Parts: sequence; structure tokens; C-alpha cells
Amino acid sequence: MTQAPARAAARPLLEVNDLKKHFPIRSGFLSGISGYVYAVDGVSFSINRGETLSLVGESGCGKSTVGRTVLRLIEPTAGQVLLDGERIDDLPARRLRPLRRRMQVVFQDPFSSLNPRLKVRDILAEPITNFGLATSKGELDDRLADLMDKVRLPRDAMNRFPHEFSGGQRQRIGIARALAPGSDLIICDEAVSALDVSVKAQIVNLLSDLQDELGVSLLFISHDLAIVEHITHRVAVMYLGKIVEIADKKTLFATPKHPYTEALLSAVPVPDPTTKRNRIILKGDVPSPIRPPSGCRFHTRCPHAFDRCKVEEPTLKVVAPGQFAACHLHDPAAQPVARAA
Amino acid sequence: MSADTAVAAAPAQVEIFAPEKRRGRIRTFIRRHPAIALGGALLFLMVLAAVFAPLLSSIDPQALAPARRVRHPSAEYWFGTDMLGRDVYTRVIYGTRVSLIVGFAVAILASLLGLIIGLISGFIRVLDGVIMRVMDGLMSIPPILLAIALMAATRGSVQNVIIAITIAEIPRVSRLVRSVVLSLREQPYVEAAIAAGTTTPRIIVRHILPNTLAPLTVQATYICASAMITEAILSFIGAGTPPIIPSWGNIMAEGRALWQVAPYIVFFPALFLSLTVLSVNLLGDGLRDALDPRLAKRI
Repeated sequence: MTQAPARAAARPLLEVNDLKKHFPIRSGFLSGISGYVYAVDGVSFSINRGETLSLVGESGCGKSTVGRTVLRLIEPTAGQVLLDGERIDDLPARRLRPLRRRMQVVFQDPFSSLNPRLKVRDILAEPITNFGLATSKGELDDRLADLMDKVRLPRDAMNRFPHEFSGGQRQRIGIARALAPGSDLIICDEAVSALDVSVKAQIVNLLSDLQDELGVSLLFISHDLAIVEHITHRVAVMYLGKIVEIADKKTLFATPKHPYTEALLSAVPVPDPTTKRNRIILKGDVPSPIRPPSGCRFHTRCPHAFDRCKVEEPTLKVVAPGQFAACHLHDPAAQPVARAA
Repeated sequence: MSADTAVAAAPAQVEIFAPEKRRGRIRTFIRRHPAIALGGALLFLMVLAAVFAPLLSSIDPQALAPARRVRHPSAEYWFGTDMLGRDVYTRVIYGTRVSLIVGFAVAILASLLGLIIGLISGFIRVLDGVIMRVMDGLMSIPPILLAIALMAATRGSVQNVIIAITIAEIPRVSRLVRSVVLSLREQPYVEAAIAAGTTTPRIIVRHILPNTLAPLTVQATYICASAMITEAILSFIGAGTPPIIPSWGNIMAEGRALWQVAPYIVFFPALFLSLTVLSVNLLGDGLRDALDPRLAKRI
């Protein structure tokens, strides 16, 4: 499951254009807005049918906000979200509801993502009945049994409550719920981050199997590059509300172009302790998304930053076939000095 | 990379469940929830006493018998008689009615109204500020003072006592419900329900209300207990149930003057009040544990 599917349709399943989400900061009762958190500030990407795009970056870079905005759990400030060519970012709630069937979500915490008072059967039946996908009780039962089979859980577990399951099993229930309405896109918001290593591997394998089986697209939001490398087709690297590099998995992991991607990849643990590596240690912390740095947002921590980076914001440009990076170093027009590779 | 090795080593999944157990009835329940069993049994006895008061005593609670004033407890007069010769046992049994009616009515009314107000302010953010400031205002007055003030403005009757105590208790309930609603709204399972196309009314009914019920029930029992105490206080200071109705507060108020010669007049209604409040609180604590499926251990 490492090759991009050949049957990718001409039109991407999900297209996100210049998405922005700025959270207003209110300092107190009755006082006005004193500023904004620029959580997501102009993000564009697309996902094809049956494809996995991973969104990676450190905590607070806005990757989860992208997922939640695409799902319309929070309203975008600006930009477009197109599902199968149809804009969904400006649809009123009533017209959006039927389209929700096509995109579902799996959350990080398997404990708070299932209502403790509902049996698994009722949790899974909710999306099916919401969209009127089962006309009779028999049909509903068939669908539920099928879902349990898909996520490799015993069928009789449907009559149990969530607290009777382990973290990995609960995450399977969460995945079954996401599959229940026959969705085309599943947004996995750190879906395996809270699990043990062995369980993590099971869930990741389950997701890949389900993708092969059902052809669903995945937006895999994660900070774990090792897991991402295993599951994804393409990777988008986010830093402070912007995508700094987006490329095929192989290209990105073999020849990262953005200094931030290089630093991230150099931080991935390697199982062999004798391997010699060039660890790139970034200085300082991630700047505040309330006052993002001028120019390139990464210039305050970039080992290769030069004057232009402080004033001019780089845009995503093709740097190699299938690879885009937002970095002045790769702009042939203005190379300052030869890069020390 | 490392994931590949981890994935290769991953064992086959599907954990096996223990078969579901079916256990014996009452004994298991008592062992699992002793607080509910004890509190429930005690409260049930009180309810029986209230309902069957005329059967438990053949004497009229208001019947005066000046010849038999201030008799100490004996086989004839179990709890003795007061300064007007009325049978304290009969009056205490009848007093159960007032206390239970006030306690239950206030608990139900305050919970319902508080639930509605709490849901409104948790879901309609525009009204939240206004509603909560009003509630803060009400809460800044001690509930007993508020109830006294409300009683002073009206005529003394059981109905007015209920209304006054309910108004005094509502702010606490609505604050509780609001805070629960606000935290539940942010739960991933509620977000997942939104993503799954569930409409807001259904989210409230399916995901918010059932999870509000446990803390609300517990709060309702505490309100019930505190309403019974407040009613007794109001009656004791003469601002509650009219003296013609035998309520525990009234009996204690009447017995106060004779405290040194006939302490039993105050003692028995006080004992009944304490036992009832204790039973309701036990029930509340037990329910809190039992209503949370995460705490409901299968032994």
C-alpha cells in the first residue's frame, strides 16, 4: 500500500484553497477583540480518491485546526473547501448535513471520542440512521455486523458499552463509526498518537487495509513521521499555520527541500544506534501564532536564513517533479550563496 | 524506518471477551450499592409513614387534651405529649408528609427549571451572559435569607414554601447544568456526532442530556435534603408552614420553650429530620456512583 493508486480520478476528492482560520482573542467581558491567533493562514492542498495525505508538523502548527475546519466543526475565516468539486465552506448547516456523510473523523483520544452512555450498536447506528441509509431493522443489523467485521471486532461486542473496551478496540469502534455512512474521506486527527506502539501498528495496518478494500481517502494528521512514512502517499509539512513543503512520500523522505522538513526528518528516531546522522537541532521555540514573524515564518529558526527571508514571504513553488516547497533557497531567481549541503 | 519493524512484529488482534455474566438479584445489588440500599430503604419507610399516617396513629394530630399536657414518652404516648396535650408521635408522623412533599417538590421543580435554564445558557451563547449574571445575583443572597424574604412577601402556606425554596435553589442547579453542558459540547464524541450529521436537538437529547442526568440527580438529592432543612428552619422561625399544619419545624418551635422539662418534643422531630436527610444524601451518593457506567464495576 505504498504506491499511489493508478485509478485516481481527474478531479480530486477534496480540494482546499487558501484556507484560513484566525481565532479572535477577547481580553475580557465586554471588551473588543484584541488580536487574532493565526492558527491556519493560507493552506492549500488536495486529496485524490483512495489517496492518503499526511499533515505533519509540531504541536500548535495548526494541523488539527485544518482538519476541523475542513469538517466544518469550526467555521473557516477565509478560503475554500471543495468536496468533489462542490464548495462546502459556505454552505448553510441544512445543506451541509447531507454532505457530511462523505467525510468523517477519527479523533485522537479513544476514551472521550465515544459517548460512555451509548452501546456500541447505538454509536455505530447513529450516522446510518441520520442519513437514512437503512430502511429496515434487518438492513441496519446487516450494516452494523459488516462494520464490526471490517474493523476486526467480534459482532457480539456491539451490545457492550465503550468502557468495556481497551484503547485499541475503542479506536476500532471510532473507525467503524467513521466508515458507517460509507464515507469517501476520513480525517484521522492524531488517530494513533494515544495508543501503545504495538496497538498503533495494528490500527495503522487496519487503516491501510480499509483503504485498499474500500478506496477511502485519508487525511492523516500526525506528528509521528515514522508512522506517516508507513501509511501515506503524500506528505504536507506545516509550520505555524502554513504548508512549507508538500511532496510524494518517497521524494520528501529522500530529498527534503525545506530546511524545516530536513530538521523534522533528522529528528526521527532510527532503530540502529550505530547509524551516523546529521541531527539538525533547531534553536528556540516555535514563535507565537498571535504575532507570526515577518517574511518567511521559519526565518527565526532557520539555519540558512538570509536577508530576503525576513522581509518577503516565500510561496509554494515546484522544486522537483511532484514536490513543492516554500523557501527562497529554492527560488532560482535569487540564490544568495551556494548552500552547504 | 522503525514503523515497518513495529508493524511486522505486531501480533494478530481481536482480544477475546469474557462471556457476559448474569447474577442474582437483590443481594448483589445491596452488596454493590450499599448506600442506595440503606438510603432507599430508610426513605421508603418515611414515605410509607407519610402515606399511611392515619393508619399508624388513631389520634388526631390536632386533638387538644389539656388534662394530659407534657406527658413523658410512655407505652401510651410513645413520644410523649406537648404543652397542649397533643400526641407528639402522631404529629411527627404527620409531619413526615410536609417534609417529604416540600423536599420532593423542590427537588423536582428546581432540577427541571435549572435544567432548562442551564441548557439555554449553555447552548444559546447570546443569553448566557444575561442569565448567568441574574443567577450570580440570586446566589449572592444566602438561600435561607432569600427564602425568608420571599415568605415575608407572601402568605404562609406549603405551596409558597415550595416556591420560595425552589427559587432559592435554582441558581445552583442552572450553574451546574451549564458547566456540564459547556464541557460536554467540547467532547470529541459530540463533535463526531456533528460530523455524522446529527441535528442539534438530537445531540442534546442523545449526547448532552443523558450525561447531564447523573450530576443532576445527585444535585437533586442534595437539594431535596437542603429543602427539608430549609422548610424546618422556616417553620421553626414562624416564616414557613402555618402553625396549624404539623410540620417538624413547627413541632420543634412549639417544643422550644419546654426544652428543659420536655426535651423529647424537640428531639423526636429532629431525629426524624436527620434520618430523612441522611437517607436522601445516602441515596444521592449511591446514585452518583451507580449512574456512572465507568464506575459500575461488574464484580
